Amino acid sequence: MATDKVDPIHQFHLNDLIHVDIGGLDLSFTNSSLFMVIVAVVTAGFLYLTTANRGLVPTRLQSISEMSYEFVASMLRDGAGSQGMRFFPFVFSLFMFILVANLVGMVPYFFTVTSHIIVTFAFSMLVIGTVVVYGFWKHGLHFLNLFVPSGVPGALLPLVVAIEIISFLSRPISLSVRLFANMLAGHITLKVFAGFVFSLGSMGAIGIGGAILPLAMTVALTGLEFLVAFLQAYVFAVLTCMYLNDALHPGH
Amino acid sequence: MVDSNDADRKARPGTGGGNPDKGGDSLEARRKRLATELAARSVPETPEVEGREKPQGFALAVKLSSEFVAGVIVGALLGYLLDRFAGTTPWGMIVFLLLGFCAGVLNVLRSTGAVSTPVPGSRSGTSEQD
Repeated sequence: MATDKVDPIHQFHLNDLIHVDIGGLDLSFTNSSLFMVIVAVVTAGFLYLTTANRGLVPTRLQSISEMSYEFVASMLRDGAGSQGMRFFPFVFSLFMFILVANLVGMVPYFFTVTSHIIVTFAFSMLVIGTVVVYGFWKHGLHFLNLFVPSGVPGALLPLVVAIEIISFLSRPISLSVRLFANMLAGHITLKVFAGFVFSLGSMGAIGIGGAILPLAMTVALTGLEFLVAFLQAYVFAVLTCMYLNDALHPGH
Repeated sequence: MVDSNDADRKARPGTGGGNPDKGGDSLEARRKRLATELAARSVPETPEVEGREKPQGFALAVKLSSEFVAGVIVGALLGYLLDRFAGTTPWGMIVFLLLGFCAGVLNVLRSTGAVSTPVPGSRSGTSEQD
């Protein structure tokens, strides 16, 4: 009886809220879309409201906005140099969206947008697409020097270049898989341990005594998940900065 | 002069070390004791900060496995597409899958820092530019 309720995968189901079908394309407004809208509104609204009547001495909320600005700005400056600051709006929106999406997903019954690989893959393709387009636009064919390490003997060069190209193409996949896998695995673990609490608790007095252990584990995991939510947004933004650095300064 | 200075420096810690046993109310001795106690307190904090920056356990596993698997997937995909459009049925898959494995290993080595700089020549080149 409890098995229906303790399905750890059920939280990731997509449900059509408004069914839209244009020319055979399923463009429905799903719960994922709803939470993307919520995340965007929360992020933009928070940043707007906290900086609307800004003072020289910041209030607490204003200083959160300022800290997030400083955090991303210094990360970008370290990762991609001062030239990288032209990508600041891009990196900042990406970081804030992923961070808020991860944190919103921690609220019970809320949907985690970043636990679907197609969403994180779209983010990482956006990053790599920016890197490739900007690299070719700025450096032309010199951008291809990224794939040619110096000091390699001529006979090995085709092999090394092929491996470098595959390594470059694998970046969006590893970037997206990392964010997606962390969020998915974290939420499943949390659900499984919470499910233990439920099924043990329904077994009577001994069960309730035994349920204390998974309950403590759930509490600990919740704290860990908040850390992971922040850390993965940070990792994604740092790697974005590194890749943008390649677009700004490919070898010569 | 130099000798006497050195002698002073040598003598002072000796007296400072002796003072706390007697009364410990001389200002310098108390400041010294405070400094050593503060240093002792601050030691445990630094390794914790360093440890937080390294990914541990599960995070490291996801990081490294995603790096490796991504290389293999891209290799297999390229091989499949080449076979599909060029008609070289088994060979594209074989060659690109092997190259994908190489790229996966390279990714893992880079993310662990075993191969420190991704493109050594170009990186040093850019630093010269800047």
